[in-house]
Amino acid sequence: MIAEFGHYALVLALALALVEASVPMVGARKNDPVLMAVAGPAALAQFCFVAIAFAALTICYVRSDFSVLNVFENSHSAKPLVYKLSGLWGNHEGSMLLWVLILTLFGALVALFGGNLPARLKATVLAVQSSIAVAFILFILVTSNPFLRIAEPPFEGRDLNPILQDPGLAIHPPLLYLGYVGLSIAFSFAIAALIDGRIDAAWARWVRPWTLLAWMFLTLGIAMGSYWAYYTLGWGGWWFWDPVENASLMPWLAATALLHSALVMEKRDALKVWTILLAILAFSLSLIGTFLVRSGVLTSVHAFATDPTRGVFILLILVLFIGGSLALFALRAPLLKQGGLFAPVSREGALVLNNLFLVSACATVFIGTLYPLALEALTGEKISVGAPFFNATFAPLFVPLLIAVPFGPLLAWKRGDVLGVAQRLVGAAAIGVITVAVVFAMEGGGPILVPFAIGLALYVIAGALMEIVERTGLLKVPIATAFARAKGLPRSAWGAAFAHVGLGITLLGIIGETQWSLERIAELKPGQSISIRRYDLRFDGVTTRQGPNYRDLAAHFTVRRHGEFIGVLEPAKRSFPSRGTAITQTALMTRGVSQLYLSLGDPNPDGSLAVRLYYKALVLLIWLGAVVMVIGGALSLSDRRLRVGAPRPAQKKAALSPAE
Amino acid sequence: MSRKQRRFSLIGVALAVLALAVALVLNALKDSIVFFNSPTEVAEKNIKPGTRLRIGGLVKEGSVSRGDGLAVRFAVTDGKHTVPVAYQGVLPDLFREGQGVVAEGALDPSGTFRADSVLAKHDETYMPKDVAEALKKQGHWKDDYEKKLGAAPQGTAR
Repeated sequence: MIAEFGHYALVLALALALVEASVPMVGARKNDPVLMAVAGPAALAQFCFVAIAFAALTICYVRSDFSVLNVFENSHSAKPLVYKLSGLWGNHEGSMLLWVLILTLFGALVALFGGNLPARLKATVLAVQSSIAVAFILFILVTSNPFLRIAEPPFEGRDLNPILQDPGLAIHPPLLYLGYVGLSIAFSFAIAALIDGRIDAAWARWVRPWTLLAWMFLTLGIAMGSYWAYYTLGWGGWWFWDPVENASLMPWLAATALLHSALVMEKRDALKVWTILLAILAFSLSLIGTFLVRSGVLTSVHAFATDPTRGVFILLILVLFIGGSLALFALRAPLLKQGGLFAPVSREGALVLNNLFLVSACATVFIGTLYPLALEALTGEKISVGAPFFNATFAPLFVPLLIAVPFGPLLAWKRGDVLGVAQRLVGAAAIGVITVAVVFAMEGGGPILVPFAIGLALYVIAGALMEIVERTGLLKVPIATAFARAKGLPRSAWGAAFAHVGLGITLLGIIGETQWSLERIAELKPGQSISIRRYDLRFDGVTTRQGPNYRDLAAHFTVRRHGEFIGVLEPAKRSFPSRGTAITQTALMTRGVSQLYLSLGDPNPDGSLAVRLYYKALVLLIWLGAVVMVIGGALSLSDRRLRVGAPRPAQKKAALSPAE
Repeated sequence: MSRKQRRFSLIGVALAVLALAVALVLNALKDSIVFFNSPTEVAEKNIKPGTRLRIGGLVKEGSVSRGDGLAVRFAVTDGKHTVPVAYQGVLPDLFREGQGVVAEGALDPSGTFRADSVLAKHDETYMPKDVAEALKKQGHWKDDYEKKLGAAPQGTAR
C-alpha cells in the first residue's frame, strides 16, 4: 500500500505543479491578484506531496519491502540502516525523486519567505519554477517510476552497489543536488524578469543570496565528492576530469561568475543583461549535468542505468528549457534598461574580468567534456580527453584570474586606481615572490612552475587578508581601534576575504599534492616493512572480520616514525557475497594537513600482498580550502543588507547607457 | 574616456580572453587527446610505436603471467586479434581473465603494449562501453552483457 500511496502523492504533485505553472502565470499577465495568489499555497502543497512520495519510498527501503522493484534492486535486508536510507538515492529513480524533492523545496521556500517580493514577480517566479517541476515529475512517472511492484516478491534484495556503501553516499548527493537545483531559483527569477521585461531592486536583492546558498552547497558537494573518490578508489586521485565531475564543475564556475556579476547589479545597477544570461546558463549547465549523468551517454561511476528512452526524455527537457530560455532572452533582453556607468578600471571592471575568465574556463571544460561525445556521434572515432587537455586549457586561464583576485576588492567602484591598488598589494606580491624564491631554493631547481604556483597561492591569501588589514587599519592604529573597526566591517567584506583565502588554500593543496606526494608499490610478506619519507610501516599479517553484509580481509600495519610507534593502519579487501564483488577499503592516517594513504591489491597465492602506499603532501588543504570558501559564503549570507531592508539604491545617472 | 571608448575597451578585453581560450583549446586538442582502439584496429592501422592510445577488449584466458615485483603481462583480445600488454603495478580490484579491460599507454617497437594505466570495473558483469562496441563489431557479443551494461562503477589503476 505504501508504495501506491507514494505513487499517488507524486501524481497529485504533478497535477498541482501543472496548476501552479499555469494559473499564476495567467494571473500575472491579467494582473489578477486572486489568480496570482494561487502560486504560494500551490508551491507549499506541491512540496508536501513530493515529500510524502519521498517518505513512502523511504519507508519501503527501511522495511526492506522487496516487492518494490527499486528496493529489490538496490537494497538488502542485512544492510546497515544508514545505507538503506541513503541507498534510496544511490540509484537512478530514487535520485531523480531527491532531485524533484529539492526542486519543490526551493519553490516552497520562495513561497514562504517571498512576502516582500512584488506579487507579480513572485507569481511568475513560482510558475516558472513549477514548470521545471512538471517536466521532472513527468519524467519520473513516465520513464523512471521508483514505485513499480514485482508480481512475485523475492525474499532478498540484490544489495546496493558495494562501492556506494559508504558514508559519502549519505552526504554527497544531497549536497550536490541542493547546489544544482538551488540554481533553479536564479533561473526562475531570470525568466520572470525576461517575461516581465523589467528588473527592479528586489530582483538582485533576492537572486544573490539564493545563488550564494546554492553555490555554498555546490562547493561542499563537489569537495565531498572529491574526498570520497580520493579515499574510495584506492589510488589517491581526488579529481579525474571525469565527465560527471566536469558536469558539477561547470555549474560551479557559472555560479561563481553569477555571484560576482549579481554583486555589480545589486550595488551599481549595471551588467543586468549579462547577469540574466549567467543565471540562465548556470541552471542550464545543471540540466546538462543531469542529462550527462542520467541519460547514460557516459559510462562512469555515476551512470546508474542506460536506457535510451530516458536519455531522449531528458534531452527534450533540455531543449525545451535551455532553448526556450535562450530564445526568450534573445527576444526580451533588449528591453531591459541599462544603468550604472563605470570606467574599465574599476571594481565593476575587475568583476567583468573575473566573469570573462570564469566563463572562458567553464567553456573549455564544456568543450573537453562534450567534444568526445560529439566526435563519436559524428565520425565514430573514439577519443578520451583527460587531464592533459584540462591542464593545458583550464589552468592557464586560472592564472591571470588568480593574479587579479586581490585587486578586485581593493579597487573603487566606478573608477579605480590600478596603480594605487598595486602599491597596496606590494606586501602580498612580496610574500608571493619571496615564496617563489624560497621554494625554488628548497626544490633545488626542478620545474619553475611549482614555486611560481605556490607563490601565487600565498599571494592570493595575503592579498585577501591585506584588504581586511587595510580596512581595519591594523598595523597603523592601536589594536583596540582596529578590533573595533573589524567588528564594524560588513560581513560581506569578511565573506569575500574568507572565500578568496579559501581559494588560495585549495590551490596550495592542489600544488602540494601533485608535486610533493610520494608513492611506493610493493609486495610484502608478513613481517616485512615498507617505508616512505620518515615513516616505516610493518606488515604484521592479515585477519578476517565479518560485517553485516560483507567480509573484510584486513591487513594489519604498524606505523613508526623514526622508530617511534605512532599508530596502526588497517586497509582491507571488502567482499560482498550478495553481489560477488570485492572493493578495497583504504586506510588513512592524517599527519598535519598531509596524509599517509595505504590500499591493497590482490593477495598472492604465496601469502604476499601487493600494497600501494602514498604520502599525500598537503592534500587536506584542497578540501579545507573549500570549507573556508563556504564559511566565506555563510558570512556573506549573514550580511545585514541581505537580511533586512533595501540596499541603498545606486545613484541614478541622467544618461543611462549599456554597460557592456 | 568616452562611452564608446569604454565599451570598446571592454569588448577588446573580452575578445582577447576569448582568443586566448580558443588558442589553448585548439592547442590542447592537437596534443593531448588519446584515441581508443580495439586489438583489430591496432593490427590494421599500423600505429607508430610511442603514440599514446587506449586499447580495450577481453583479457585473454590463460594469458596473465606475473613477473618480478609487480610486473604483469597479459593479452587483450577481441577474438580476431590479440595484443600483448605489459604493466607494472597493482591491478584494479576486478581484473580477471575473460573480463573486459581498458589499458592506456603506447606500443613499443616489438609490438607489446606498455600500459601505464589499466581500467576495469567493480562488477563481474561489467564491460566497458568501448569494449562492448568493439566486440559487437567482431561478432563476439553475448546478449547477457547488454542487460547489465553500465550498471557498475569504474575503478582505475595507475
